[in-house]
Amino acid sequence: MLKVRDLVVAYGGIEALKGISVDVPDGQIVTLIGANGAGKSTLLRTIMGLVKPRSGSVEYNEENIKDLNSQHIVSRGITLVPEGRRVFPNLTVLENLRIGAYLRKDEEGIAKDIKRIYELFPRLEERNWQMAGTLSGGEQQMLALGRALMSRPKLIMMDEPSLGLAPLVIKDIFNIIRRINESGTTVLLVEQNANMALKVAHHAYVLETGRIKTEGSGRELLENEEIKEAYLGKKKK
Amino acid sequence: MNNKRNIMLTIAALVILFGVACFVQAEVNSYVRRIINLCLVYAIIGLSMNVTNGFAGQFSLGQAGFMAIGAYMVGIFTVPVELRADVFYAVPMNPHLVNVYMPLWMALILGGVLAAFVAGIIGTPVLRLRGDYLAIATLGFSEIIRIVITNATSITNGALGIKNIPPLNDVRYIFMAAAISYVLITLLLNSSYGRAFKAIREDEIAAEAMGISLFYHKNLAFMVSAFFAGIGGGLYGALLGTVDPKNFLFTLTYNFLLIIVLGGMGSVTGSMFGAIIVTAGLEYLRLFDEPMELMGIAIPLFRPGLRMVVFSILLMVCVLFWRRGIMGTNELTWEKIISFVKHPLSGFRKKGVQGK
Repeated sequence: MLKVRDLVVAYGGIEALKGISVDVPDGQIVTLIGANGAGKSTLLRTIMGLVKPRSGSVEYNEENIKDLNSQHIVSRGITLVPEGRRVFPNLTVLENLRIGAYLRKDEEGIAKDIKRIYELFPRLEERNWQMAGTLSGGEQQMLALGRALMSRPKLIMMDEPSLGLAPLVIKDIFNIIRRINESGTTVLLVEQNANMALKVAHHAYVLETGRIKTEGSGRELLENEEIKEAYLGKKKK
Repeated sequence: MNNKRNIMLTIAALVILFGVACFVQAEVNSYVRRIINLCLVYAIIGLSMNVTNGFAGQFSLGQAGFMAIGAYMVGIFTVPVELRADVFYAVPMNPHLVNVYMPLWMALILGGVLAAFVAGIIGTPVLRLRGDYLAIATLGFSEIIRIVITNATSITNGALGIKNIPPLNDVRYIFMAAAISYVLITLLLNSSYGRAFKAIREDEIAAEAMGISLFYHKNLAFMVSAFFAGIGGGLYGALLGTVDPKNFLFTLTYNFLLIIVLGGMGSVTGSMFGAIIVTAGLEYLRLFDEPMELMGIAIPLFRPGLRMVVFSILLMVCVLFWRRGIMGTNELTWEKIISFVKHPLSGFRKKGVQGK
């Protein structure tokens, strides 16, 4: 579905991505793990059109989307749940969701989707008229997910959904990610919480300072000794 | 259903207010009428400034420049042709313009359109900036507009200004202009454009990731804002009867900044209240400027200038205790008014519980 080839992205003189290739097949959960500064967020921001790459290509359903503006990328069915949630703090939960559907014009479909998202996240319905900034961290993450789903994405990209959340809440969020995937949406997940991410992922890439170090299925990487040591906090025996 | 009711109530309120305006026009002396007119004009301009600063969250200080464009369109085109030679006595008026006359409404719209056009040109480079930098850049452009006007002597009469604009002290006319501006701006802000503006204000990166074009919406907000500032500036010129480049120094912008900060950044009704409080307040605090005797003793502080001291203190108190202005980002809606009429005390009780 999404094919990234030899992507190089630089901020000023510094290359954040040094030529990486990633495949996201239809209907799967693909995860990218790596330490701070590995270039995970940069990759998502580049796919989204928020950052322009120096070279390489981004293909989505056989179409090169590298040079498109983000509104055209959203209208093709890609959406981003940005790092740190970034809900609109002084707008209500409902307004946040409606902005997620900004590019859609079908009022009926939007109303239906809001209902669907409230079924997925009952907590949000209770807080319908509350300002998003007053929600708890976990609720804000749910809202960010819900907002992204409002554009009816085919591919949803998530940047560190577990950031700053309690372990129980993280579990909830990953369950929801799985449910979103099961309902037919492809997921590209970027995580520092390698353990959780690898457990849900069909396929995983390990990023290190702008390059892909290893790749494999989620299970393979979970059992890989090097990965265990570097990212899962388990010592070699 | 509620929407329909609200629209009906708004229309009814506007009709009643128009009735009040007719009454004021017929019965009230011209000094009070002038204050009311100034309130209305300031409300239009405050509202226009709130579109960029309060709703789209772009801190722009260019309002005085856009007002100047509107005011000069009124000045150039509505002075009766036979009086123009008196006005342009130093340098004669440009021969292409000297016989062009327009009615006021046409000059107002032309001023608004021209201001929006200039905003579009300025906005393209300037709206890439954020925060303080944007403020400085727009401030600079507003001065550039003023200086261009000062030096285009054959069109604008330069530093002498344009006199003999047919005076407009008609509450009905200015009320209609304010009402139309209010309705149009409210419609815009309640549409999906308004939602996009707010999203940009709250978080640009998230807004962009939702597919909202930053460039397009910021420019749109800037141009709409300039359009209404141009209209307001035109009315201001017509109200004063004369336009002069010195009227449009960048300090003029701060009046409107005051109005929107006081009323609430991001609240349409807040801008209205802000405009009324600031304009009427400045006018009626004049009693502090006059000498006052209490029980036969002249109080020493009362002299010209005290008014501004008192006003500034009031503002400081206001900003200290209502940091987000009178309305914040809230609106005075019909729902609130109706629930207030039904249960006059419940609102206060609730507030007491929440605020402790």
